[in-house]
Amino acid sequence: MTEIRWHSRAGQGAVSGAKGLGDVVATTGKEVQAFALYGSAKRGAALRAYNRISDEQIFNHAKFMNPDYVLVIDPALAFTDNIEVNEKESTKYIITTHLSKEELITGIPALAGKEDRVFTVDCVQISLDTIGRSIPNSPMLGAFVKVSGMFELDYFLENMARVLAKFPQKIIDGNMAAITRAYNEVK
Amino acid sequence: MAVKFDLNEREVWDGNYAASQALRQADVDVVVAYPITPSTPIVENYGSYVGNGYIDGEFVMVESEHAAMSGCIGASASGGRVSTATSSQGFALMAEVLYQASGMRLPIVLNVVNRALASPLNVRGDHADMYLGRDSGWIQFGAFNAQEAYDLALCAFRVAENHSVRLPVMVHQDGFITSHTAQNVYPLTDEAAKKFVGEIVPVDDMLDFSRPVTYGAQTEEDWHFEHKAKQHKAIMDSRSVIDDVFTEFKELTGREYKRVESYDMEDADVVIIGLGTTVETARVAARELRAETGIKAGVVAIRCFRPFPYDEVREALKNAKSIAVTDRSSPGGAMGAFYNEVSAAMYTSKNRPLVTGFVYGLGGRDFSIEEAKRIFTEQQAHADAGYITTDIQQFSGLRGPKLGFFQTDRS
Repeated sequence: MTEIRWHSRAGQGAVSGAKGLGDVVATTGKEVQAFALYGSAKRGAALRAYNRISDEQIFNHAKFMNPDYVLVIDPALAFTDNIEVNEKESTKYIITTHLSKEELITGIPALAGKEDRVFTVDCVQISLDTIGRSIPNSPMLGAFVKVSGMFELDYFLENMARVLAKFPQKIIDGNMAAITRAYNEVK
Repeated sequence: MAVKFDLNEREVWDGNYAASQALRQADVDVVVAYPITPSTPIVENYGSYVGNGYIDGEFVMVESEHAAMSGCIGASASGGRVSTATSSQGFALMAEVLYQASGMRLPIVLNVVNRALASPLNVRGDHADMYLGRDSGWIQFGAFNAQEAYDLALCAFRVAENHSVRLPVMVHQDGFITSHTAQNVYPLTDEAAKKFVGEIVPVDDMLDFSRPVTYGAQTEEDWHFEHKAKQHKAIMDSRSVIDDVFTEFKELTGREYKRVESYDMEDADVVIIGLGTTVETARVAARELRAETGIKAGVVAIRCFRPFPYDEVREALKNAKSIAVTDRSSPGGAMGAFYNEVSAAMYTSKNRPLVTGFVYGLGGRDFSIEEAKRIFTEQQAHADAGYITTDIQQFSGLRGPKLGFFQTDRS
């Protein structure tokens, strides 16, 4: 079982990101779960979205998890939300930021000593450059594909294009570019 | 001719989307709806299927849930296949009309996405609305995940419209935990689903002008009792029809449903019996606890809340020593309703196990694997002692001081 927790603000696409990831993962024959804690949250409010990925049917419906991956798609939430809550010794963090990894960790005491488990990528800038709006969910998926090694990039792009099929070609192309760039730039 | 809808063999759907696809495949003629969180997407999606030509049906928007169920009654009495969805306050506003629908023996399918009842206002899942419907004369199915919300909605039409049943059916799923959680769902093809559900054959339809009928007549003490007794017998007698429909569904899909589900019960001493998604989380806990401690934990689940499966509950629990009954609704000054029903069933059993009640998960409070293990472990302590060592009614997952009521009389 692989468990993922997304930290986001309502409107940044964490719920769509989690569902999109679930959609692609399901095509590999795995069982998936994608859900979020929001409800009456307003745009801009902090929220958390979750994925579970398993080879067998997923029966656990609890919101509680010790995540294998923490994906932070809002730069400020890395500082203000408890992104390390319920972590494991192996939890990997992928954080969107314009800072260097050293600068980021200096600013977030909870990440001290976890340099080899913290990965950074500027999803906001990448989405502005490729999609034209601050939609950091797509680039985060690219960074996750790289860090997790769960898929080949081409396989992921091909299936993500299918998930996005209802959108205009321009948006699909922008998302493909965003995923690819984040895949290459995450460090 | 309806537009073909592209379906994959494996989809990733949430419970709402799954239920709406079942309505599309069942060729529902009329949906009368007033949307409410978290069930809104079910009727919203049906409306979009109608608007986009995927289904030849009618979507009627009304001004309240009371009107929604009233409209469903009109459409169903006219002979159509009818469905809608609601939750929580909407369900409560519908309550008066629910009794009308069952009393008129109309085969309406209501998708209920379970949500807490205010006050305090809360949009999340608990079973307060489902419990509110338990005496309404409707058959009530419970889904534990999105796949089941889809499967049971298809089965619901078959049961409701069976001429020896002719009763409305609710299909319950947990708000957000099922309705907004995307999971793998394996749908039937449109052809297979349509063949399974079949066409509705109306009884006493009001649009048959050659044979005028009356719905909702008045009966006083002369006949009211007999009507209600007949209605009660009908819902009791629906048990065999439900079993037959589930058997046929298994032959078609391989997915087996029973009015009571049992997991790891072959040798279980301690049991959690529950409703909804909690059942699946408890299943994981039972397996893990068996491996970790050797405690023989098992799970029993109610698939069919009404008619209440009295015999099957006794059968499933016949070797149990200690049982935790989980009520996801505030009992308001009593033991939980589900606790009472399980206790009543077990009081007439040979083994007479210890039965404790847990109120839990109100307003969407999380129910974790660890908490389920704690409850199982406590049941083991009762079984070892031979009596209930804790309060008989407890609260699980409550913050603040421990709350509990009543103890075993050992004087």
